[in-house]
Amino acid sequence: MALGEPEFDYIRSLVHERAAIVLEPGKSYLVESRLMPLARAEGLATVAELVARMRAQRAGRLHRLVVEAMTTNETSFFRDLRPFAALRDVVLPDLLARRAAERTLSLWCAAASSGQEPYSVAMLLREHFPQLEGWTVRLLASDISEEMVARAREGRYRQLEVNRGLPAALLVKYFEKAGVEWRLREDVRRMVEFFTVNLADAWPALPPMDAILVRNVLIYFDVETKRAILGRMRRLLRPDGYLFLGGAETTMNLDDAFERVVVSGTTCYRVAPA
Amino acid sequence: MRALVIDDSQAIRILIANILKRIGFEVLEAANGREALERLAAASRMDVAFVDWNMPEMDGLAFVQAVRAEPRWAAVRLMMVTTETETAQVVRALAAGADEYLMKPFTKDALIEKLALLGIPARPDEPAA
Repeated sequence: MALGEPEFDYIRSLVHERAAIVLEPGKSYLVESRLMPLARAEGLATVAELVARMRAQRAGRLHRLVVEAMTTNETSFFRDLRPFAALRDVVLPDLLARRAAERTLSLWCAAASSGQEPYSVAMLLREHFPQLEGWTVRLLASDISEEMVARAREGRYRQLEVNRGLPAALLVKYFEKAGVEWRLREDVRRMVEFFTVNLADAWPALPPMDAILVRNVLIYFDVETKRAILGRMRRLLRPDGYLFLGGAETTMNLDDAFERVVVSGTTCYRVAPA
Repeated sequence: MRALVIDDSQAIRILIANILKRIGFEVLEAANGREALERLAAASRMDVAFVDWNMPEMDGLAFVQAVRAEPRWAAVRLMMVTTETETAQVVRALAAGADEYLMKPFTKDALIEKLALLGIPARPDEPAA
């Protein structure tokens, strides 16, 4: 459900005042997707309710969290680089060796936002793993916002977005200029299956996963919800699978069945042997 | 880390130099490709050059070609920073030997991420003195 105009205007002026960031009209889907996890963490059902609560309070913690959520969640292609180096150099070669007989691979980007992360994985697969030709590869990507998922499916990015973290060699290889935007080639777009899901609610039926990337989203949930999500992800992961969290996130004190492993200078998590 | 910022616009040179200084770079500047080659020849070491495309005297593409023709500068990483945004131009710059390509306008984060792609880490941001 799209955010109403008065709520959008309220957030827009707050973010402008506090962070000097201008949200253009028509960006209510962005506000919705950035603030929905925070609304849930506050025990509210909608972003409109979150705005109502902010209006009823003096500016404080909630206002600060909203500004943070609106400003620090910016995404880029190959964000943080190291998780992608880990996938390329260690995780995917390991998984390919383990799955050589069955020739299937399932990956899930569980907080896909506008699609940069799953498409980065798709390009990485294209560039470095031609041996996957003939395999059944499922690259799933989900986000809480329907508008965001629709946008990600389109695979269209503004110049400011393709400037962010995308190697120029991959830009010219996998994107086509479409007016002032750049559009990801159809064959790469088709590698990713997008769907909408709120990680805190029911999930659709998903195949057992070889790797799950759920980066920079758990921070918005309360402890109980984090535990529940991590537990469900652990059960969905194959016993030798890998979980990637954001740099400021951990499974420690939340789900001790995971063990921390350092791969290519980045931390990921695996199910500890029983 | 030492960087050479090449642009005929002083405003752009200052903008890029300020970002670089705040993440720990020593910065030299040049207003065109010819001047940049002189700076490079005089410098004992250069890690990366930020190269505008359209400049008087010697443009950015000619500068990239000149640097790549000189074996002693093989380790200098070259990043085009330009308003040229057509696929063919990006392809041309990469073919000439540019390592990365940043399209104007860009944000500070975009510049830092492009540096990371070249294997050049940014020192954590420090407040301006």
